[in-house]
Amino acid sequence: MDLTPIWLTLKLAGITTLLLLVIGLPVAWWLSKGRSFFKIILEAIITMPLVLPPSVLGFYLLLAFSPQHGIGKWLQQTFDIRFVFSFKGLVLASIIYSMPFMIGPIKSALQQLPASLSQSSYSLGKSKWQSFVRVLLPNIKPSLLTAIVLTFAHTLGEFGVVLMIGGNIPNVTRVASIAVYDSVEQMDYHSANVYSLILFAITFVLVMAVFIFNKYQLKSPLE
Amino acid sequence: MISIDIEKKLKAYQGQQVLHVASQFATGSITKIYGPSGAGKTTFLKVIAGFINPERGKIITDGITWLDTDFKINLPPQKRIVGFVFQDYALFPNMTVLRHLEYATDDKAWIKRLLLIGKLETFTSHKPEYLSGGQQQRLAILRALAIKPRLLLMDEPFSALDPEMKSALISDLKVLFKELGTTVLIVSHNPQELDGLAENEMELNGTK
Repeated sequence: MDLTPIWLTLKLAGITTLLLLVIGLPVAWWLSKGRSFFKIILEAIITMPLVLPPSVLGFYLLLAFSPQHGIGKWLQQTFDIRFVFSFKGLVLASIIYSMPFMIGPIKSALQQLPASLSQSSYSLGKSKWQSFVRVLLPNIKPSLLTAIVLTFAHTLGEFGVVLMIGGNIPNVTRVASIAVYDSVEQMDYHSANVYSLILFAITFVLVMAVFIFNKYQLKSPLE
Repeated sequence: MISIDIEKKLKAYQGQQVLHVASQFATGSITKIYGPSGAGKTTFLKVIAGFINPERGKIITDGITWLDTDFKINLPPQKRIVGFVFQDYALFPNMTVLRHLEYATDDKAWIKRLLLIGKLETFTSHKPEYLSGGQQQRLAILRALAIKPRLLLMDEPFSALDPEMKSALISDLKVLFKELGTTVLIVSHNPQELDGLAENEMELNGTK
């Protein structure tokens, strides 16, 4: 029984969550402050993967990063980076695909904090960054945890995008969700069951942990 | 000396109003500000602190220009270092009483003195949710004083205190203000409660 797809999935979800946390925190903070036409457009683009069929997203990423033309060709020739049919490509696609799950809960939690909280920190001479790290972030801990877990769990369950940009290369891009599909196609129901059960258990434990830790309902990223 | 001349549009129930204040406050003076609801009292304090930008105006404090819309000068709140007591207290839910004061200053002796004045010395490890309304309000005042501000802006700072606590706190604050030479502006719905503390008063009508 080859468990590599499980490890690959966990590695992909871990890296994606970590990178999305670094990207998502400042973006969510910026989006939470005021509104402009540019912010609305950006927010719409970030939210798109929630409603767009994953195969559509995967198809355009495949086109964009194809080494035959455009950005993909440039990346290949200049930096020798190839996103298509590689683990790097999976990470890139996962970041785009799971972005609304990281940014949504954090942004709405920041918006719900009263403005006087950051204002009082500023009046004590603290910079915006100090106020963000020491006052705002600690007070949105439940939403932060929700965002991290949702992003991780959502990346575990990716299928369409991953298949389009990564294909089904053993030890490289064959993650657990693809391994399930592949096993069923080969009538190997035992393997399909093991992969599915492991994914099911991990997801259940993660979501339960959020419920227990936050003591209240898991927030929808669209709230 | 603080010299203020500002104009700020207010969204009001009756339509748009313009808050226009042109006034000077002597260094170390204590002024109560009163007026009907919606007159712009809180907005006035927030403009001085730099949280809200007025359409037009000039604020000069001890010779330093904080705001001059004609010359596009607008110091951020961090550079104005104004003590601000918010109407909703704006306490940090993640911090204990002691952490609130330590966040504002490193001066341990000063923190100890403030805790005594606010009668919070036995509550140092409590977070705001475990404090009564009066204790929360006192913590908000102490936190604003922790930075030893030259200017202190207070928005309904005594509304949650019982009369006994209020008069004890006010007499301690008077000593503190004198010692620090702090200029104080206090917004209050009940101007009588500031008798014996504020020597000046200013009425805001909010209309123009």
